[in-house]
Amino acid sequence: MDASDALQLARAQFGLNIGFHILFPSITIGLAWLLVYFRARYARTGDAAWLATYKRWTKVFALTFAMGVVTGIVMSFQFGTNWPGFMNNVGNIAGPLLAYEVLTAFFLEATFLGVMLFGMNRVPGWVHMTSSVLVAFGTTLSAFWILALNSWMQTPAGWAWTPEGKLIAGDWLEVIFNPSFPYRFVHMTLASGLTAAFVVAGLSAWRLLKAPADAAAARTLRTGIVIAALLAPLQIGVGDVHGHNTLEQQPAKLAAIEAIWHGGKGIPLELFAIPNPATQHNDWSISIPKGASLILRHDLDGGLEGLDAFGDDIPPVAPVFFAFRIMVGIGVAMLLLAWFGAWTTRRGRAAPRWLLWTFAGATFAGWGATLAGWIVTEMGRQPWLVSGLLRTEDAVGAISGAELGASLTGYVITYALMLLAYIVVLTHLAGSGDGGEK
Amino acid sequence: MSFDLPLVFTALMGIAILAYVVLDGYDLGVGMLLPAADDQEQALMVASIGPFWDANETWLVLGIGLLLVAFPLAHGVILGALYLPVAAMLVGLMLRGAAFEFRLKALGWHRELWNWLFWFGSFLTSLAQGFMLGRTITGYQSGFAFWLFSLVVAGGLCGGYMLLGATWLILRTEGALQQKAIGWARWGLAWVALGVALVSLATPLASETVRLKWFDFPRTLGLMLLPLATVACGVWLWKSLGRSDWKPFAGTVAIFVLAFAGLAYSLFPYLVMDRMTLWQAAADPSALRFVLYGALVVLPFIAAYTVFSYRVFRGKARAGMYEH
Repeated sequence: MDASDALQLARAQFGLNIGFHILFPSITIGLAWLLVYFRARYARTGDAAWLATYKRWTKVFALTFAMGVVTGIVMSFQFGTNWPGFMNNVGNIAGPLLAYEVLTAFFLEATFLGVMLFGMNRVPGWVHMTSSVLVAFGTTLSAFWILALNSWMQTPAGWAWTPEGKLIAGDWLEVIFNPSFPYRFVHMTLASGLTAAFVVAGLSAWRLLKAPADAAAARTLRTGIVIAALLAPLQIGVGDVHGHNTLEQQPAKLAAIEAIWHGGKGIPLELFAIPNPATQHNDWSISIPKGASLILRHDLDGGLEGLDAFGDDIPPVAPVFFAFRIMVGIGVAMLLLAWFGAWTTRRGRAAPRWLLWTFAGATFAGWGATLAGWIVTEMGRQPWLVSGLLRTEDAVGAISGAELGASLTGYVITYALMLLAYIVVLTHLAGSGDGGEK
Repeated sequence: MSFDLPLVFTALMGIAILAYVVLDGYDLGVGMLLPAADDQEQALMVASIGPFWDANETWLVLGIGLLLVAFPLAHGVILGALYLPVAAMLVGLMLRGAAFEFRLKALGWHRELWNWLFWFGSFLTSLAQGFMLGRTITGYQSGFAFWLFSLVVAGGLCGGYMLLGATWLILRTEGALQQKAIGWARWGLAWVALGVALVSLATPLASETVRLKWFDFPRTLGLMLLPLATVACGVWLWKSLGRSDWKPFAGTVAIFVLAFAGLAYSLFPYLVMDRMTLWQAAADPSALRFVLYGALVVLPFIAAYTVFSYRVFRGKARAGMYEH
C-alpha cells in the first residue's frame, strides 16, 4: 500500500461519513422550524389536531436528530484521525469555529430537545414553546458555524501569518463572514427547508395512501407542498447568485462545473457531455452555443477562464460536472412537482392517488440534490483542502491502510444498518399514523 | 494576558472529560445492565436516561473539541495512536444512539434486536474508552504487558460505569427494580474496588514517570490521602446501599472524581505521556483567547440550563413517562 492509496482510503472514509451525516441535519434544520410552526398553531388555536400533528412529527424529528448527533460525533473525531495536517496547519482558525459550534449550539439543542420531547406535561406551555424555538435556533446556529468553517476553507479570508510562520486569524469577522459564506449558508438552509418539506409531504402522502380519511395527514401534505412550492424557486435564484460568487471566487471550480477545458469568449453551455481529461475535450457533447457566456457573463461573447488557466491545480472534472447536473436536475424536478402539487391540492381539493404515490416516492428527493451539491462544492475545491493554503494530500495522516480498511468496513456495515432501519421505521411510523405507539 | 492559557485550557478540558465520564458514564452503565432486567424494567431503565443521554454525549464532543482547538499538535498524535479504539467507540456510540430511538418504535423481535444493540453499543463504547485510557497512561507503548494493562483498565472502567448506572437507578427508580439495582451496585463496587486496586498497583510498574511522581518522600505521605479518601468513599457507599436513594450515586461520583484527580496528577503536565507537555502542544494564544472569551460567556448558560433540565425531570422514572 503506498501513500496515495492511504490518501484515497482516508478520503473515502471521510467522504462516506460526511455524506451519511449530512442526510440528517438536512432534514432537522428545516423540520425544527416546521415543528415550531405546528406548536405555535396548537398554542394559538388549542386544537387537539395540531397537537397530534406536532407530536407525530416530533417523533420523526427525534429519530432524525439522534442519527445526526451520533454521526456528527464521528466527524468531530475524524477531523483529527484522518486529517491531522488540517488541524496542525489551520487549527488556529478551524478549532475556534468548531468550539463555538459545540458551545453555542450543541448543548442548547441537546438539552432543550429533552424538554421538548419529554417535558410537555412538566413545564408551562410557554416554556415548552420556547424549548421548541431554542432547538430550532440551535440547529440553525450549528449550521451557521460549520458552514462558516466550510466556506472559509473554500474562500479563506481574514487570516494572517505570525512571525514564526503560523497561520492565525487576523480578523474574526472576516474569517466568519468570508466571501462565499452568506451564499452557502442561505443555499444550505433553503436546501434543508426543501428537504424537510418533501419529507413531510412524502410521509403524509404515504399515510394518505393507507388511510385516505386522515385529515391531519391531508393537512401536513398540503403544508409540505406549499412550503416546497415557495422555497424551490427561491432556492434556484439563490443557487444562481451562489454560482456567480463561485465564478468570482473559485474560477477553477466553476470551469469544472461547466467542463470548460479551454478559456475564451462565447463559451457554449454543455447540457450533456462526457468530460475526457486525457484529451482535455468533451465527448458526446450536446451544448448550447455561447450559452455559458450568456448565463455567467450575461453577454453572448463574454470571456470565461478555462481549466487550462490553472495548470495541474484542477479538480476532477467529470464528478463535479455530473454532480452539478444531478443537483440542478433534481432541483428543477422538485420545483415542478411542488408547483403541480400545490395547484392540484388548491382550496382543499384531495390529491389523486397517483400524485400521492409520486410524493411518497419523492420523500427523500432533497437528499439527492443535497448530496450532489456537496459533491460539487467539496470535489470542486480539490486539490486544495483550504483553497490556496493547504493541499488535501498534505493533511492526510499516517494511519496504515489496514487500520483504515478495517474501520471503513465497520463504518459501512453500521451505516447500512442505520440507514435501512431509519427508512423502515420512518415509513412504518408514517404508515401507522399514530407514531407507532403501543 | 497574564495567565497561562494552555493551563487554563487543560483545566477546561479536564472538566469537560470529567463531566462526560460521570454523565455519559451513568447512561452507558444503564445500557450495560439492560440484559439483567426483564422487559418492563428495561423500559423503566431506558426511560430514566431518556431526557439526558443526548446532552451527556455532547460533553465528549466538547472534550475532543477542546483538545482539537487548544492542543492541535497533541490531537493528531493521540487520535493517530488511538485510531482503532476510537473507531470502535464511535461505532458503539452510533449503535446505541440509534438503538435508543429505534427500540422505542419497534415491536417483537425488532425490539429484542435493538435492545441487544443498545447493550452491545454501550459495552463496546465503555470498553473502548477504558482501553484508550490505558493506552494514554502508558504513552501508547507497544508490548504484551502494555496491552494487558490497557485491557485491565478497560474492564475497570466498564465496572465503574456499571456502578454509576446501578446507583443512578437506585436514585431514579423504586420497588423491585431499585432492589435489583442495589444488588448490581454491590457487584459493581466490588468490581471497581478490584479494578482501582489493580490499576493503582500496575500504573507505577507500567510507567517510570508515574512511579517517581507518587513515590517521592515526603510528598508520598500527602498523596496517600487520595487512595485513603477513595477507600472511605467506597465504604460509605457500601453502607448507604439500601438505606439511601441518593448517597450511593453521590459516593460513586466522588470515587470517579478522586480517581480522575489521581490520573490527572499522574499525567500532568504531559498530554502525550513522556513526549509532549501541554505547553508544547498548545495552539496560538490568539485562537485560545477567542475561544476562552466565548467559553466564559456561554458555559454559565450551559450549566444553568443543564440544572434546569435536571430539575424538570427530577423524581422517579415511571412506565411510559418518557416515551415520546
